[in-house]
Amino acid sequence: MTTTNGNDVWVFIEQRGGVPADVSFELLSKGRKLASAMGGRLTAVLFGNGIADVTREAFRHGADETLLADHPALRQYRTMPYSRLLTGLVRERQPRIVLFGATIIGRDLAPRVASATRSGLTADCTDLQIADVTYLRKTYPQLLLQIRPAFGGNIVATIITPDNPVQMATVREGVMEKHPLTEWTEGTVTPVPYTPESVDDLVAIVEQHREESRVNLKGASIIVAGGYGLGTRENFALVYDLAHALGAEVAGSRAAVDAGFIPPERQVGQTGVTVRPKLYIAIGISGAIQHRAGMQESNKIIAINSDPDAPIFSVSHYGIVGDAMEVVPKFIEAYKNKLK
Amino acid sequence: MYRSIVLVKQVPDTANITGNVMQEDGTVNRAKLPAILNHEDRVALEVALRVKDRFGGTITVVTMGPPRASDILRECLYMGADHAVLISDRKFAGADTLATSYVLSEAVKRIGAYDIIFAGRQAIDGDTAQVGPQTAEKLGVPQVTYLEEIVDLQERTLTAKRKIEGGYEVVRAALPVLVTVLKDAAEPRPYSARRMMTYKGARTLMEIEKLTEGNPLLYADALRHEYESRDLFIDTLTMDDLKLDADRCGVHGSPTKVYKVESVVLAGGGHAIVEPTRDGIGALIDRLMEDHILG
Repeated sequence: MTTTNGNDVWVFIEQRGGVPADVSFELLSKGRKLASAMGGRLTAVLFGNGIADVTREAFRHGADETLLADHPALRQYRTMPYSRLLTGLVRERQPRIVLFGATIIGRDLAPRVASATRSGLTADCTDLQIADVTYLRKTYPQLLLQIRPAFGGNIVATIITPDNPVQMATVREGVMEKHPLTEWTEGTVTPVPYTPESVDDLVAIVEQHREESRVNLKGASIIVAGGYGLGTRENFALVYDLAHALGAEVAGSRAAVDAGFIPPERQVGQTGVTVRPKLYIAIGISGAIQHRAGMQESNKIIAINSDPDAPIFSVSHYGIVGDAMEVVPKFIEAYKNKLK
Repeated sequence: MYRSIVLVKQVPDTANITGNVMQEDGTVNRAKLPAILNHEDRVALEVALRVKDRFGGTITVVTMGPPRASDILRECLYMGADHAVLISDRKFAGADTLATSYVLSEAVKRIGAYDIIFAGRQAIDGDTAQVGPQTAEKLGVPQVTYLEEIVDLQERTLTAKRKIEGGYEVVRAALPVLVTVLKDAAEPRPYSARRMMTYKGARTLMEIEKLTEGNPLLYADALRHEYESRDLFIDTLTMDDLKLDADRCGVHGSPTKVYKVESVVLAGGGHAIVEPTRDGIGALIDRLMEDHILG
């Protein structure tokens, strides 16, 4: 039997080794707003094994219901069983919106499910809104506006899925804000049966290696970031010096990563990490849109660049035009003097 | 012996936007960008070529695109692909990833039996990484995305290393399988001079028809046979050739629509200018401390 849950928003809760991904809770917080705007329910979809505690976290982030498939075969993410199970649920329950993190797992799973259910899927959205839309002279109430940079970041496109029952989107980690609720109630946990099938084992995991990243850019309150403009690895040491003085984390632009100034896990931008610290200091970063997309929501931004026309100044609160090799040592010295 | 299919795409070179493609209003003139073979697809072909070098077999490259996408197919032939197929039809225009994967999967079925389908993880013009998995789903085969390395290939089993969040995993996949490869999976080989000499003359059906236009001595059918006999014919498939459902192709078959596009134009100014002097920087630090941003 098909039940229509016309206005429901689903969030796929991703877990790795039983630990839920931050992006899933960020999406629940966003999903809560979308569901309220449409008068629908917010459902967390959780697959794994022995992960019942994660459901509490889902409710704390606004879910009304959790669809829970708990089975040893689902302990680790694998494309075939996860996509088969989720496809079945989408077909049966017809949610209006399904959101996934734009992680490796989300980008492996979402297209497979979208293809099987012939749903629209938009990758890497940077904003999601509900609005009534007039498209080709037809009016569509309460569509999902899926906003994403496109064409190498040179344009921002709003994508809609006007004529299909299910609208799907992926969103990168750190783009939406996570808001745990202070007052929340335990919602309904609906168990989802899982019956193994032979296709599920067409791909088997032989071994897994995961190193917990010690870099925590997202949690840093101050970030000092350097770019290609610093010229050499030796000059880039200034970025570390300033970060050390301020008790900040060090980051870099993609160009700085490509030049070998800084390891990839410290890259800020569209293909790196999205951050929103209290203070972001950009040194020798010209500010291509891909970089700005990852830092422009910072509370305060200081740009230090020798080129007065560098695009980074357009998103900055304070601009210092000058040679980083002279400005940064002055900054460190002045700060140390103030602390005395 | 493994029969491989490599899915490739011609993309605008968005990574190298230089001054002459920027318009006065700060937006990009797409038409002026050079069209290139998507880099990760080139890597995918290289991985397929290494499988062929080691185990033998055949490689067919497939692209869906406008007639001029034949350029990238010739490049694939220069690298070492055995056959090339262009899927082209005005009715495919405006396809999103769902409509594209429908057409590609039907073309793959038409090409015949295969063991491994290779594709780049994503194309630089959309960065969606969706067409690979969606094509696999339509073909009903498993997928291994984010491939870093083929570890082993034995009989009907592929062992591969793939990237996962914060690390990697090794998986064993039953053939047939579709894999999408990352840019560091292999360094693509340069074109072979000998193959370039041979295949620079490879032509699609549209290109052959163009040769015969205005030349009463040339007949397209006869010319096509000549190209075929010299192994220089790039197989060309339209919507009718593939007997496709028009409602699933192009704009009609695409559930996602572009509702609005805004060029990113930089807003100038808005920031306070701080003098690069001791006093200027000192005053900035005072201000940040007052605001409790610096402690």
